[in-house]
Amino acid sequence: MERKIRVLIAKPGLDGHDRGAKVVARALRDAGMEVIYTGLRQTPVMVAEAALQEDVDVVGLSILSGAHMALVPRILDELRQRGLGAVPVFVGGIIPADDVPALKELGVTEVFGPGTNTQTIVSFIHQTIGA
Amino acid sequence: MQLLEAALAGDRRALARLLSWVENGAPEGREALATLFPRTGQAHVIGITGSPGAGKSTLVGKLARELRQRVPRLAIVAVDPSSPFSGGALLGDRLRMQDLAADAGIFIRSMASRGHPGGIAYATRDVVLLLDAVGFPVILVETVGAGQAQVEVARIAHTVVLVEAPGMGDEVQALKAGLMEIADIIVVNKADRPEARQTVRALQSAYFGVTTTGHHGPRADEPLEVVAGWETPILQTAAIENQGLTELVEAITAHRQYLESSGRWELRRRLHARAEVETWLQRHLLLLVEQRVGEERFAAAVEAVLRREKDPATAAQELLAPLLKP
Ligand SMILES: Nc1nc2c(ncn2[C@@H]2O[C@H](COP(=O)(O)OP(=O)(O)OP(=O)(O)O)[C@@H](O)[C@H]2O)c(=O)[nH]1
Ligand SMILES: [Mg+2]
Repeated sequence: MERKIRVLIAKPGLDGHDRGAKVVARALRDAGMEVIYTGLRQTPVMVAEAALQEDVDVVGLSILSGAHMALVPRILDELRQRGLGAVPVFVGGIIPADDVPALKELGVTEVFGPGTNTQTIVSFIHQTIGA
Repeated sequence: MQLLEAALAGDRRALARLLSWVENGAPEGREALATLFPRTGQAHVIGITGSPGAGKSTLVGKLARELRQRVPRLAIVAVDPSSPFSGGALLGDRLRMQDLAADAGIFIRSMASRGHPGGIAYATRDVVLLLDAVGFPVILVETVGAGQAQVEVARIAHTVVLVEAPGMGDEVQALKAGLMEIADIIVVNKADRPEARQTVRALQSAYFGVTTTGHHGPRADEPLEVVAGWETPILQTAAIENQGLTELVEAITAHRQYLESSGRWELRRRLHARAEVETWLQRHLLLLVEQRVGEERFAAAVEAVLRREKDPATAAQELLAPLLKP
């Protein structure tokens, strides 16, 4: 039996830069994970639907637009509505330090700032899902 | 199994989890397939293959939307290659199917090839069976875009659509790979580009060279009377501009009608069933032989071949011989 860690990397919101998300996606692939990359301008419903259909172990959101406090609660809500409340969610991008506790309070497992070593994210995923 | 009943009742999350089990070859997945098998054989499985970047995913997305006007549910299985170095994969087909997200009647599943050659994963056949069993009447399977040897999709699909694009120099490539022989419909995508006409002409003349009566040349194991002609159409689409989709849907519908009226639907089902039994027979046999022969004798045989004391055919036969005694 072959089990692979499956990760959804999504880019919600309206900003058009996905370089960071792609770097993370490639790093996770190089760490042996199967990464579903859905690209730019994902709505909360799109993110949650992809997470559901692809049966992912973890969801990564890249948000650079500053809209994280608006987007993240809606995404978590859509996930919960689909019975995916237990799926760990991490957020990367430009997130002011002040917002980090609030995001974690909402249910985000971890927040990674710009310039985070991708190895840190790989380790985080292994630890979080215990594989 | 609770999950199984939930999936049958239309619970998409239960289905997603079952698909993972099937994909991973987990015992629960095997069990689910065994239970559900009688329900399979209903879906029209459409394989979409062709060169990398030809626009397969984009076309599948648009095609799905078009087909959904005729069927209540539709599933897409999109295969991308695994990295031979890390075993991981970047699955990006879904990226091109964005506008399907709002349609609850469409279920998209990405799969990594996991080292399996031939354009689909080892478990793609089983994933398709499961989707068939839970009642998707149409299943689109996008293969890895490899430009060669994606012919394996013909073993699970009833209708194979070969997608090419202009200016890629792939026409000859496709021919070489035997892809054209398995294509029931050929599509030149990116027809918005001026070079598309040239590609169509190249394919037409290449195809004309393959056969003049459609690609289904009579085969020794098929009764002649069911070999009615299917003229493989060469269509043009511009997926990003929604062009040519109606014609493609019509061709797919016509092909299904052809399969049914010519007796080929039954024939393909028979060939698929045979392929499935063969696959499992090989798998079981190999396991059995490995267990019975044992690591040590196997290694000794390899060693003997290496030293040129025995040829490999004889070595294999000698390993088998004690197992074949009554
Ligand atoms: N001009 C033009 N570009 C298109 C058309 N269809 C797709 N493309 C573009 O072609 C590129 C590849 O499209 P995909 O749908 O990802 O191609 P694919 O065959 O699925 O690629 P792989 O799965 O990687 O083999 C994208 O940039 C698309 O936007 C079309 O009809 N016209
Ligand atoms: Mg694709």
